[in-house]
Amino acid sequence: MTMAIEINCTTGETIERPLTAEEIAANEAAAVEQATRTHEAEVKAAADAEAKAALLTKLGITADEAKLLLA
Amino acid sequence: MANTYTLISSNVLSASATSITFSAIPSTYTDLVLRISARSDSTFSSGIPESLVVTFNGSGASNYSKTTLYGNGANALSVRDTATANAILSFNAVGNGVTANTFGNAEIYVPSYLSSTSKPFSSFGTGENNATTAYIAANAALWNNTVAITSTTIIPGNGSNWLSSSSFYLYGIKNS
Repeated sequence: MTMAIEINCTTGETIERPLTAEEIAANEAAAVEQATRTHEAEVKAAADAEAKAALLTKLGITADEAKLLLA
Repeated sequence: MANTYTLISSNVLSASATSITFSAIPSTYTDLVLRISARSDSTFSSGIPESLVVTFNGSGASNYSKTTLYGNGANALSVRDTATANAILSFNAVGNGVTANTFGNAEIYVPSYLSSTSKPFSSFGTGENNATTAYIAANAALWNNTVAITSTTIIPGNGSNWLSSSSFYLYGIKNS
């Protein structure tokens, strides 16, 4: 069972209780959103790396040589 | 510059839990600091660490935004989210798919948590993996709400539970 832990900072009391249906739904929505963001970031990174490699090939220089040009 | 740094409350999990909430946060400090060492049951095995999904005062309204900058030595990326129902602070913990017994760590800093204006906050962390790839992330976030922060909840972004031995410490800072 999924549990929620609540620590009351004023009294020091710690309560463990099952999640409510609303909390479970909110957590699932957050998980979907997180997965979407992670996927988008990975796709963008792969696309950027591919575009960079293609440009270097087109220019006929290495990544180190490109750094020298931009330094 | 802060001249006090006081532990308000803490919890080290003895069993898995989905969410950790610090409630009834005293209004006697200037800033809040959350220090977290955590591992979730996410089964991601690619080395991508977990995220901290943070809400304040139980608010699930779409009034959070954040900018994340992260990298692993090979790639550096930036992600921007606006009008979300929580602040997903990326890559500050680890999932159960990476090296056993490792925990990601993070610090979340919430300045002026009692102010009557929107609440900017930030986090910085790493997803320890004891492998060739290590991630580091910085997040700048905003909770667009003018009420004082009295509670905060942290859940994992990918997994369903924080695993045993994950630890959560809430500190209060006073500037006078």
